[in-house]
Amino acid sequence: MVRSGHILIFTTVFFVFCTVTFGIERLPPPDFEETDHKMPTTDQITDVTPRAEIFQYIDVAVLAGTLVLSSYLILKKRSRRAVFLLMIFSLLYFGFYRKGCVCPIGAIQNFVLSIFDNTYALSFSVLAFFVLPLVFTLFFGRTFCSAVCPLGAIQDLVLLRPIQVAPWLEGGLRLFAYIYLGAAVLLAATGSAFIICRYDPFVAFFRITGHMSLLVLGLCFLLIGMFVGRPYCRFICPYGIILRQLTKISKWKVTITPDECIKCRLCEDACPFGAITKPTVEWPQSSYSRSKKLLGFLLLLMPVLLFLGGWAGSGLSWSWSRMHPTVRLAERIYMENEGQVTDTTDASTTFRATGKPTTELYNEASAIRNKMQYGGWLFGCFVGMVAGLKLIVPAVRKQRTEFEADKGGCLACGRCYKFCPKEHVRLKDLQEKRNNIDDKTV
Amino acid sequence: MQINKINRRTFFKNGLWSFCLAGFAAIAAFFSIKKRKPNTVWQLDPHICVACGNCATYCVLEESAVKCVHAHAMCGYCDLCTGFFNPEPRALDTGAENQLCPTGAIKRTFVEDPYYEYIIDKALCIGCGKCVKGCNAFGNGSLFMQVQHDRCLNCNECSIAAACPSQAYSRVPVDKPYILKRAEHA
Repeated sequence: MVRSGHILIFTTVFFVFCTVTFGIERLPPPDFEETDHKMPTTDQITDVTPRAEIFQYIDVAVLAGTLVLSSYLILKKRSRRAVFLLMIFSLLYFGFYRKGCVCPIGAIQNFVLSIFDNTYALSFSVLAFFVLPLVFTLFFGRTFCSAVCPLGAIQDLVLLRPIQVAPWLEGGLRLFAYIYLGAAVLLAATGSAFIICRYDPFVAFFRITGHMSLLVLGLCFLLIGMFVGRPYCRFICPYGIILRQLTKISKWKVTITPDECIKCRLCEDACPFGAITKPTVEWPQSSYSRSKKLLGFLLLLMPVLLFLGGWAGSGLSWSWSRMHPTVRLAERIYMENEGQVTDTTDASTTFRATGKPTTELYNEASAIRNKMQYGGWLFGCFVGMVAGLKLIVPAVRKQRTEFEADKGGCLACGRCYKFCPKEHVRLKDLQEKRNNIDDKTV
Repeated sequence: MQINKINRRTFFKNGLWSFCLAGFAAIAAFFSIKKRKPNTVWQLDPHICVACGNCATYCVLEESAVKCVHAHAMCGYCDLCTGFFNPEPRALDTGAENQLCPTGAIKRTFVEDPYYEYIIDKALCIGCGKCVKGCNAFGNGSLFMQVQHDRCLNCNECSIAAACPSQAYSRVPVDKPYILKRAEHA
């Protein structure tokens, strides 16, 4: 009885206020005539301020510092132990302290979105995180991957029993990284989603909390990473793909031997990432015409691959455009209006409450779909081109006389140094020099 | 012939190298001078928010960075507060079975007849938005959600923003990190 009475009074009061003062306060705030009660203010929440801006400059400074140090330790000092310690520091700072955000890998998307969306703000720190490792790679090779990237570091730590992956499999699996890069760029450019961040397998570890599926995914990567060195870096990382191309033209890069290669083959299996290339064997003269024919065939295959890729990409774009919230909403509204579904979602009720005409929503959604269609063609052509080049590259003859670090694939971890006998000679000389200096000073 | 070949290759390599470096310099210069924008943080607009409850579940943090805020100047100080009580309360008291809030984060205190004051205990609030929904439905809408910037990790892609049905989330300038509801008479 009490209950129904309340409801009755309440609804009456509600409707009265509704009709009279809709949009203003339904229930006027009190004046407190009997007591001199003071209302608390909401402004107290503004005391809780975001991280101060100075810290982002510190982040950028730490990034630049670790990049300089990493390059020095790898190329000049040639010390795996020092690189390892720096890697631990980066894992603690960029990973566990900064919780993995923002990282250069994800910054690809911010950069792309800010090109396509003028209203999107690209802050100084994000820009610096995107560009600095690229510039360093152009000079020193992938020293970012070796000791600065927290994602690389966490995988490097769990690498226990590396097994070699066959080169053809390695190349094939790497195609996935190109697809991932293309998809990330396409979805960021259309403002749909940041998939690199969404499916980052290690960020849940850095935060020590996260969705179960991502934790499991991360765990899988770490389990595989115990046997296959750095699987994310080699087969998935979209930023690694960009660095890979840049390091091919870098000014300085890792050399296994500090001196001249004596082809002792001791370093042959030293690299857990399969990034040591062997000297080429002399090709028999008879295979020339065959390989020329093969090359010609592959070159002819290229346009076919481009077209096939583009066609497949544009086909995919229809379902991919559902990653965009506007397209999702438009589809839902359409289904509800056509009577294909009877219930409503939070999103559709909210949309109807705004009173926006559905045609406007449909137009917005189809504009995004169109963009996605073009983007899908470009994306597909890109993947087709990469696949074509992957077929062509092994068919082209190269001449190498030494064991050397693979130009693109070397992650500059410094593991191979100690396998080279010439390196031991260098270290011994260094030690002797030091001893001499010590003797003199004594 | 051999020397020529090497020269050509290094020439192309150097050209490409310089081109890349110039490109990065141009990108850095263009974005830091022409398109310089202030830093931003995630925030939700309480005027668009529909209090669906996704904030409590989609945040990457176990305890969401989004919590309820009370604009007391808008509050009606009602005895029968629809943000505090269940739709059908057994009695108008602070018994747990009568409360909407699953964690009992709203403190109800008597001020003067017939007014009661409602204060959010932020430490207990999980950002489920049940009270916000109740208050918006029948009350003044003085309860609303805000991202608390001492907790928010400022993820590059906010998982709540991606799941928000009303697209209430956006990046706001860091010097104005809150979007508050204010009393219209004030």
